[in-house]
Amino acid sequence: MKFSEQWLREWVKPALSTQALADQLSLAGLEVDDVTGVAGHFEGVVVAEIISAEQHPDADKLQVCQVNDGTETFQVVCGAANARMGLKTAFARVGAKLPGDFKIKKAKLRGVESMGMLCAEDELGISDDHSGIMELSADAPLGVDLREFLNLNDSVIDVDLTPNRGDCLSIAGLAREVGVLNQVPVADVTIEAVPAVCDDTFSVTLDAAGACPRYVGRVIRNINPKATTPLWMQEKLRRSGIRSIDPVVDVTNYILLELGQPMHAFDLNKLSDAIVVRLAKQGETLVLLDETDVTLNDDTLLITDAKGPLAMAGIMGGDASGVTDETCDIFLESAFFNPLAIVGRARNYGLHTDSSHRFERGVDWQLQRQAIERATALLLDIVGGEPGPVTEAVSETDLPKVPVVTLRESRINSMLAMTMPEATVEDILTRLGMHLKRIEGQAWEVTVPSWRFDITLEVDLIEEIARVYGYDNLPVRTPIAQLPLPPIAENQVTLNRIRRHLMARDYQEAVTYSFIEVGLSKLFDPDTQPLALANPISAEMAVMRTSLWPGLIKAVSYNQNRQQARIRLFETGQRFVPQANGGLLQENTLAGVITGARDAEGWTSAKDKIDFFDIKGDVESLLSLGGCKEAFSFVASEHPALHPGQSARVVRGEDTIGYVGALHPELVKKLDLTGPVYLFELQQDAVTLGQLPRYTALSKYPEMRRDLSLIVDEQIDFDRIRRTVKNAAGEALKKVTLFDLYQGQGIEAGRKSLALGLTWQHPSRTLTDEEINSSVTAVMSALTNDCGASLRE
Amino acid sequence: MENLAQLLEQGKQAVAQADTIRDLDEVRVQYLGKKGELTQLLKGLGKLSAEERPAAGAKINEAKEALQAELEERKALLEAQAMQKQLASERIDVTLPGRKTELGGMHPVTRTLERIEAFFGSIGYSVAEGPEVEDDYHNFEALNIPAHHPARAMHDTFYFDAHTLLRTHTSPVQVRTMEEKQPPIRIICPGRVYRCDYDQTHSPMFHQVEGLLVDKNVSFADLKGTLEEFLREFFEEDVKVRFRPSYFPFTEPSIEVDIDRGDGKWLEVLGCGMVHPKVFEYSGIDPEVYTGFAFGMGVERLAMLRYGVNDLRLFFENDLRFLGQFR
Repeated sequence: MKFSEQWLREWVKPALSTQALADQLSLAGLEVDDVTGVAGHFEGVVVAEIISAEQHPDADKLQVCQVNDGTETFQVVCGAANARMGLKTAFARVGAKLPGDFKIKKAKLRGVESMGMLCAEDELGISDDHSGIMELSADAPLGVDLREFLNLNDSVIDVDLTPNRGDCLSIAGLAREVGVLNQVPVADVTIEAVPAVCDDTFSVTLDAAGACPRYVGRVIRNINPKATTPLWMQEKLRRSGIRSIDPVVDVTNYILLELGQPMHAFDLNKLSDAIVVRLAKQGETLVLLDETDVTLNDDTLLITDAKGPLAMAGIMGGDASGVTDETCDIFLESAFFNPLAIVGRARNYGLHTDSSHRFERGVDWQLQRQAIERATALLLDIVGGEPGPVTEAVSETDLPKVPVVTLRESRINSMLAMTMPEATVEDILTRLGMHLKRIEGQAWEVTVPSWRFDITLEVDLIEEIARVYGYDNLPVRTPIAQLPLPPIAENQVTLNRIRRHLMARDYQEAVTYSFIEVGLSKLFDPDTQPLALANPISAEMAVMRTSLWPGLIKAVSYNQNRQQARIRLFETGQRFVPQANGGLLQENTLAGVITGARDAEGWTSAKDKIDFFDIKGDVESLLSLGGCKEAFSFVASEHPALHPGQSARVVRGEDTIGYVGALHPELVKKLDLTGPVYLFELQQDAVTLGQLPRYTALSKYPEMRRDLSLIVDEQIDFDRIRRTVKNAAGEALKKVTLFDLYQGQGIEAGRKSLALGLTWQHPSRTLTDEEINSSVTAVMSALTNDCGASLRE
Repeated sequence: MENLAQLLEQGKQAVAQADTIRDLDEVRVQYLGKKGELTQLLKGLGKLSAEERPAAGAKINEAKEALQAELEERKALLEAQAMQKQLASERIDVTLPGRKTELGGMHPVTRTLERIEAFFGSIGYSVAEGPEVEDDYHNFEALNIPAHHPARAMHDTFYFDAHTLLRTHTSPVQVRTMEEKQPPIRIICPGRVYRCDYDQTHSPMFHQVEGLLVDKNVSFADLKGTLEEFLREFFEEDVKVRFRPSYFPFTEPSIEVDIDRGDGKWLEVLGCGMVHPKVFEYSGIDPEVYTGFAFGMGVERLAMLRYGVNDLRLFFENDLRFLGQFR
């Protein structure tokens, strides 16, 4: 909310500078966003009248004006089209200083002498208006300093109020707060009732009393539709960010700003029969003041008459029943709408108004009569007219209840860790408008004022005490707590450990968005319909990722487009996979991508590009962290995003826990990447679950090793060979190592050569050569029979 | 015997002329070996009388020792020369870069998160996590933000349907923890959160760490103490800390914390407050028995302040040139 500092100071006079006042408000929870002067820095500008304006002899667009400042007449050349005889305007004399330290000097414009300058609003930093020189009212006194005349030594303070402080959305409310903080008196808000001079009333029925328990109305007849809003009111409105429209609307807006009561004025002659306040019927329509046509929902409260909806209660009036420049008779509305009946409604129609903003947060439910009296008084001053009596439709039982809250000294003291003096508590709360009654048990019964919708509990009162006392004045201590040892599961590999491991293997951690483009999602996971946002920020961030790969691939693309050829990224985070039963799997996932050269460029580096076994090695090392790498295996497998001949499922027990492989060349092409690109993705929980080391006795007997050089068909995979060897070699076989793999010259096409190292060791005796030889024989015969292997000659 | 001196002289010359260890060894064999010329002289002693023998033997041994000493000296010299030669031939350019695996790096958000976790972990907070696709109840209702509450407008929520949304803060994890566990509770909840807002200072996805401490006799003073200390330790500076009243439906009182790092400007860094009694009631904790405080901080915001990053969007572009600065 923007407000004029001077307006506030009419109500309360703290001995504070503008900045100190702003800081004080911020520290009391009314956060000041901005403080700006209502005009730029200028001096020497006065009210003057143009007594004649003639065409410049040598310039089409210039006029030569004679300007009178009440004592002297000056010749001023002016380029503004609205410079005309009789206009009172802002005149910067020779010697005046305008914003930006611009000094006005005697000048010659196209040969004609000019003794000063006539100013537009933007030239004085009052607004952005540069449509012409300022047009001051005809009764503006000549020679008076413009700052004084327009009351420009004022600041606009923009305070960003939190939703609980609807009571501060007015000058009166802010003044009350400033009064409490500075312990200074606040102007009395008692408002004189304006007596009726005619008997006219307009009937109001409350059909939804829960939503509108009070509706105060008043007829005013025979107002002057040609009257204009006085400058002081226009200025106050302008400084609060509200444009002057016509006197009636301006007065209702003025009351909204001054007292916090949103009001509405109807053209009495456009109302039929009687007003009924009721909920909308689904599908009813209304054309609003801003000329938008809305179709109403049945949760919307309306002001209606015999012909239908007149206004959206507490949000915006209707176009048809509004006041125009021909309106002579008006009906004023000052109502209390229950916050629950207003909240969210405006938003549902894409609306947000000064009125809805206040009603949603709570308007003082005892203010309506005062507001209508104040508005009447202002209207009579400006547009005249004959007021009828104030009428009030009210449902007392539906009005909010006055909360009475018990406040215990002990609770204040334990919450704030200090002894708050009784007198301080009473002073703060009383100034805030509460009534306190001391009761037994070192406590009070506190009656909360009708403008505080945010206070219903003891803790709300404690907050008020703390806030006014000053958070910075409250004590500080370090919490004391029991510190039992936390559980540390030793069989768990922490995510931090995994991250550091990948970093040590030259992976850079990335963080990509959890929502991606649906098309990209389909490229990687064509069979899953991803979870879609109802209100995405863009098509690129529309569905929840079912895999971390699309995000990582986008990061690869981003970097490849910036001349980075060697890229190694990993990410941890949730993926979101809709389940067949309608549920959603939110799975912690670990994924990585690599592309480019195996080693960073360097004089010792090999120049080779990475292949499948680089990323598989990274994955194997990850799977070793938990000390149970035997639990995992890799099974040749297909995945829609991966090269069918270079991809594997990672299996733990019976479960697939992830995939590793080369990005499908089709995708490399479609995504305009430089390939090959290799990827892995693993369930985080399967990687973090390890096992405790379990000691087994060391054998004292020697190891024996034999190397076998085999030739097999290239289709026979290594895993099969390894399993065949293990099964055939007997229990004493400790280890099988593949130490060479060769295809090419010297080996028949379609075959490959493998060199295996077999190591045996027995726990309790030395193995004999005969035993080893027979084991080797068994291994060879199994390999021949099961795998079609032969020994390499 | 008369040629002993001559023989020694010859031997010495031979030693001096040997240029390699091998030549030197040959000289040793020639003079001092089993059949060496000096050794042979000893064998000739038998021809002398018993009276002459000791003196003659001593002289021969003297000569042998003298030659042995020359040999050893020469050997040491030759060895030293050989070592010098080898060393010279093995000289390398030690300024060449070493053979290494490059070191990857951690994302600055993770780096900051880990740091925050380390501080709170060391004073007994444990890490709690929860789902990112949340239900309305845990994200709003149970935090005392009923439907249509004006505070919902502060959240710019991404929805999937009327009841399912992307969590707008990690506070639902606090609710889930309190539903399952009675106090004392000391947790921090790090993670991704989402708001429907995108510009230079707003990202639709960012990270938060929420903290929650619930116990008997927890006061506003404990909250102030904890956060003041945290902020000073996090920045490793004697930052000025300011507590400013604010409003969150799930805390009462609610506070926004500003810091001043010495330039006279107050920067908002986190929000916090005493847990609202209604939040306790929703989760089945008796607010008459227990009190607590909660705080929430934006991780990117803290990382920006700590490392001088000036554009929030950099955190999610994954530009290696940016990420590489946080090794």
